[in-house]
Amino acid sequence: MQQTLYPGGPGAVHQALRKRPLKRRGEFLIMGMLVLCATVSLVTTGLIIYVLFSESATFFREVSLADFFLETEWQPLFDPVSFGIWELVMGTFNVVFWALVMAVPIGMATAIYLSEYAAPRTRRVLKPVLESLAGVPTVVYAYFAVNVITLQILRPLLGNDLPIFNSLSASIMLAVMVLPTIASMSEDAMASVPRDLREAAYGLGATRLEVAVRVVVPAALSGVMASILLAIARAIGETMIVAIAAGSTPRLTLSPLESIQTMTGYMLQVGLGDAARGTIDYQSLFAVAAMLFLITFAFNVASTMLVNRFREVYE
Amino acid sequence: MARLDLETVATRTRDQELQEGDRAATKMSTSGGLRPATEPSPGISFGEPLFVLRDLSFWYGNKPALADVTMAFPVNRVTALIGPSGCGKSTLLRCLNRMNELIPGVRLTGEVTYHSQDIYASDIDPVEVRRRIGMVFQKPNPFPKSIYDNVAFGARVNGYRGDMDELVERSLKQAALFDEVKDDLRKSGLALSGGQQQRLCIARALAVGPDVILMDEPCSALDPFATLKIEDLIRELVEDFTIIIVTHNMQQAARVSDFTAFMLAGEDGAGRLIEYGPTEKVFTNPEEQRTEDYITGRFG
Repeated sequence: MQQTLYPGGPGAVHQALRKRPLKRRGEFLIMGMLVLCATVSLVTTGLIIYVLFSESATFFREVSLADFFLETEWQPLFDPVSFGIWELVMGTFNVVFWALVMAVPIGMATAIYLSEYAAPRTRRVLKPVLESLAGVPTVVYAYFAVNVITLQILRPLLGNDLPIFNSLSASIMLAVMVLPTIASMSEDAMASVPRDLREAAYGLGATRLEVAVRVVVPAALSGVMASILLAIARAIGETMIVAIAAGSTPRLTLSPLESIQTMTGYMLQVGLGDAARGTIDYQSLFAVAAMLFLITFAFNVASTMLVNRFREVYE
Repeated sequence: MARLDLETVATRTRDQELQEGDRAATKMSTSGGLRPATEPSPGISFGEPLFVLRDLSFWYGNKPALADVTMAFPVNRVTALIGPSGCGKSTLLRCLNRMNELIPGVRLTGEVTYHSQDIYASDIDPVEVRRRIGMVFQKPNPFPKSIYDNVAFGARVNGYRGDMDELVERSLKQAALFDEVKDDLRKSGLALSGGQQQRLCIARALAVGPDVILMDEPCSALDPFATLKIEDLIRELVEDFTIIIVTHNMQQAARVSDFTAFMLAGEDGAGRLIEYGPTEKVFTNPEEQRTEDYITGRFG
């Protein structure tokens, strides 16, 4: 006769299968903790946004929105005081733009090399090395930008007319900073493109480069775009490099050879200075922060839509 | 494209020769394409072969995958490679267009000739080899692009200068897919059914203008109806192309192929050619006991 799992009869079956309240209570406890943790981070974010906008509101009681958006001078510290945000926005745009001009092609080339050309062993060594670049504190990059890039590379090349604090040195450093992000994330995206697709292209007589450019990159486009967008977000938010290397002269220019000031650079300057709580300087910090937040937010939303629209979905 | 037209003409003459060859077994020794010394395909007679393999051995790292395979593949015929999993049939197929080289650490000895040219000679470009030898894979693998761009891909990377619309239409017609997709060539290739995707992959391979198509278990991911369509297509295509097909499905080999090669892995794991001959003979009156055992389902 077959051996039964439940020698005690029908009661034993019930005993084995019934709910165990103690075990369930443990589950509830854990779930509660998880919800709590999630709530803390959500509430913190919410509070930050609240403070940002409520303090900004105080600022805008003193300075009209029209002045904020229509004035072209950002001059909060000297008379005549003027709060036209565009010089700071342009400063941020300036360094981020030039950083991308350098970082995107080099990052993509690196990713393509690592994913399509490098031998597995080379990749195993190179990728962690590259990623460790992301661990360098940005203040180190910042002083490197001034002492090495500006003084020992750019000035000998471009002449001493170049201001010691210039947006080009900051852009170069920002490019170095975001390069690992672009290269590493793009490489991940390219490596996850199915081998089938590569084989199909090779089978049609495509060269390595054609396979990389026409098949792998388009198929990995959403990941590649995501890496670039993350790089942009990091570059926009980066503070130390631009505050130290790019200067503190708000200027409405895209030229990389001038001293400029970014939104984050201004915030650091004010935050470190002796702007007393409640003064207009102090409140302007929140207005700039709110602007920065809105730009980043709009940018994130737009980029998500863009990526969803243009990616080539496989499987 | 002119080059290929010339070749089609040449193939036609060889084809006529081939039909005569089928009747007269002695023709082989005089055709000059095969060297009696190595005897690439014992018991098979046909005209000048498309591929000749001599003592082909292959390793993945230290693992042997093929050992001393010597055989020839006829022009404008369907040749099926059958055998149990791991017998090296896919590896053999991938040796014919140098696809195996994409895997690091592989090694090959022996000789593979295509139209009498050694394709592993040091001055041969594998990219050029793959341009002329089409391949269709196990799982349909269209690019995540439109139907049109899928078909045009190969022609574009090969610098095709002719009328692309015409080429796409012709290739889709050859692959018996045009009528099903003609209304929307801008639709993603991935929106098609599995069988249609596989025919799209065939059209894509044809658009490059090869004279041979290698098929690596092209129906294994398809339902029976789609499989039937592909098999019909293979029979149509063999009028103009040479087809070499790896299949797990013995009924399929029996249905579509003119010649069948049975392979089996030895103790060392390396695949060897056990028996090769006209499909009818291999399936009804095999020389080797092992072939009979496999075909009748005693193992594998």
